[in-house]
Amino acid sequence: MTDLEVEGLVHVYREGSVRALDGVDLRIAGGERVALIGQNGSGKTTLVRHLNGLLRPTEGRVLVDRTDASTMTVAQLASRVGLVFQDPDRQIFGGSVRAEVEFGPRNLGQSGTKLREAVRDALEATGLTGDDATNPYDLGLSRRKLLALASVLAMRTPVLVLDEPTTGQDARGVELVRSVVDSVAAENRTVVAISHDMRFVAETFERVVVMRAGAIILDGPPDKVFAAASWEALRSTYLEPPLSAVVGERLALGSTPTDAALLRALSQ
Amino acid sequence: MTLVLSGVGYRYAGSRQPSLLDIDLELPDGAVVGLVGASESGKTTLCLVASGLAPRTVGGQVRGHISLDGEDVDAWPMHRLSERIGIGFANPTTQLSQVAATVFEEVAFGPMNLAVERGEVIERTWSALATLGIEGLAERDPQRLSGGQQQLVAVAGLLAMRPEHLVLDEPTAQLDPAGTRLVGDALERLARDGRSILVAEQKTDLLASISTDIVALHEGRIALRGRAADVLGDPALAELGVGEPSAVRLHRLLAAAGVPSDRYEAALRD
Repeated sequence: MTDLEVEGLVHVYREGSVRALDGVDLRIAGGERVALIGQNGSGKTTLVRHLNGLLRPTEGRVLVDRTDASTMTVAQLASRVGLVFQDPDRQIFGGSVRAEVEFGPRNLGQSGTKLREAVRDALEATGLTGDDATNPYDLGLSRRKLLALASVLAMRTPVLVLDEPTTGQDARGVELVRSVVDSVAAENRTVVAISHDMRFVAETFERVVVMRAGAIILDGPPDKVFAAASWEALRSTYLEPPLSAVVGERLALGSTPTDAALLRALSQ
Repeated sequence: MTLVLSGVGYRYAGSRQPSLLDIDLELPDGAVVGLVGASESGKTTLCLVASGLAPRTVGGQVRGHISLDGEDVDAWPMHRLSERIGIGFANPTTQLSQVAATVFEEVAFGPMNLAVERGEVIERTWSALATLGIEGLAERDPQRLSGGQQQLVAVAGLLAMRPEHLVLDEPTAQLDPAGTRLVGDALERLARDGRSILVAEQKTDLLASISTDIVALHEGRIALRGRAADVLGDPALAELGVGEPSAVRLHRLLAAAGVPSDRYEAALRD
C-alpha cells in the first residue's frame, strides 16, 4: 500500500506566468479510489504529474510512501506510480500492441512467464486480446487510449493515475475502464482518475476531490460532493451534478448521486 | 446549401475491408446531425469523407458521390472544398497549427488563410473566443494550455472560418460540462444561422439537446436514423454500443424497477 501526500504544492510553469497549482494539500491513503474533477485548466493534470515526478514542485512537496519524491528518481517513482496520459499519442511509440504493453514491465525487470502474464492480463482487461500484433496507429483513438491504459496497467504499480480515461470511449469502453478501476482497487492498489464524466465519477469512486483555479475546493464521498449544498461550488468550477442528483433533490429525497441511489430512495 | 453523400463507401489505403459502406446522408441548411456508434463503427472515417479530407489528404478509395447544393464536388481540390466545409478533429493537438505563438493568432490562422480582410479577421477572432468564453486565453501560448482549453481553441478556430458546413469529430471530448454546453450553444446558433453541422459524439446528453437528427453507424453502415428524440430513445441504440442519454437511462431503470412514472416524470422533465 502506497500513501500519497501533497503538501503546500505550488506549480508555476514559467517565471511570472500562471500559478497552475496554488497551494494544494492532499492526502491519499493506499487503496483509495479518488476522482479528481474541476473545470478545464483548473490544475488537475498538473497535480497528477507531480505524483510520478514528471513535474517537480515550484514550492511545497510530494511524499510517496512517506519519502520526499524530490529525493527519488523518475525510475524509482515509475515503479510506484503509473500515469496514463490524456492523449495516448504522447506515450505510444511501440511498433505493435504487444511491444507497447511489454515495454513498461520489461523496464521494471520482468521477464519470462511473469512478463507474459502481465501483458496478457493487461490486454484482457482493456479488451485488446487478439490485437497483439496490430500496429497501435491502426487502432482508432479510443482503442489507442485503452492501449495506453494497458501499457501502464501491465506495470502493476501500487498507484494507478488515469487522466481522463473515459474520453471518447463508447459504452463498452467506459465499462472496461470502470472494471479496471474496480479490479485494481480490489487488490488494495490506489486509483486516482481525472474525469469530466460526472455519472462515471459518482458510480465508480468513493472519494471526489474538486479543483478550481489551482486549489481544492471540495473533498468528500460522492453523496456529499454531489449533494445540493455543493452545487454552487461545483458550478463555480464549471461542473454540473449528475441527473440523478438533480432529480433526487427535486423530489426531496436527499442526496442521490447515482441512478442506483435514486432508485433506492424511490423504492423506500 | 445542402451537403449530400450518395452511396458513399470508403476503404483506407492498405486495408482490405471497407470502413464505410452505402452511406446516404443529407445535411440540409440548419440541420444538426448527430453521428453515434461504437468505437470503430466508422464515425471518424465518415467525418473525414464528408469533409473531403479522405481521400484527398488521407488517401484510400472513395465510391459514390458527394455534392454541395446540387454540384458534384468529387473532383474539387481540398483548398476549394475547405472554404465551404470545416472539419474539427477529436484530438486538438492534431487540429492546432503548431505555428501560432498565441491563442489569438491560432484562432485567426483559419480566416487569414481564407484571405479574409484584416479587420474582419480580428472581429471574427474575438467573436469566436467570446462565444466559447476564452477571451482570457487570447495572449497565452496554445502549446501551454490544458487539453480541454486546447480543444476550445481548436473549435474557436473553426467558428472563425464560418464555414457553410461543419464536420466535427467529438468536439467536446475533453471539455468540462460548462465548456461542453458552450460548444453545444455555439453549434445551435450556427444552425439557426442556416449552417449545417455533422457532429460525431459519445455524449448523447449533448446530442439530445442540440441535434435535429441522429445517424447511428454499425460496422461502417447506417444502422439507425431519424429524428433525434426518436433515435435517442430507441432501445436498439444500446445494442449498437452507444450510451443512452442520462434521462433515457434513468427512465428505463425506474420503469424496470416498477416505480410508477408519476412519481418522477415531472422531476425528470424540468
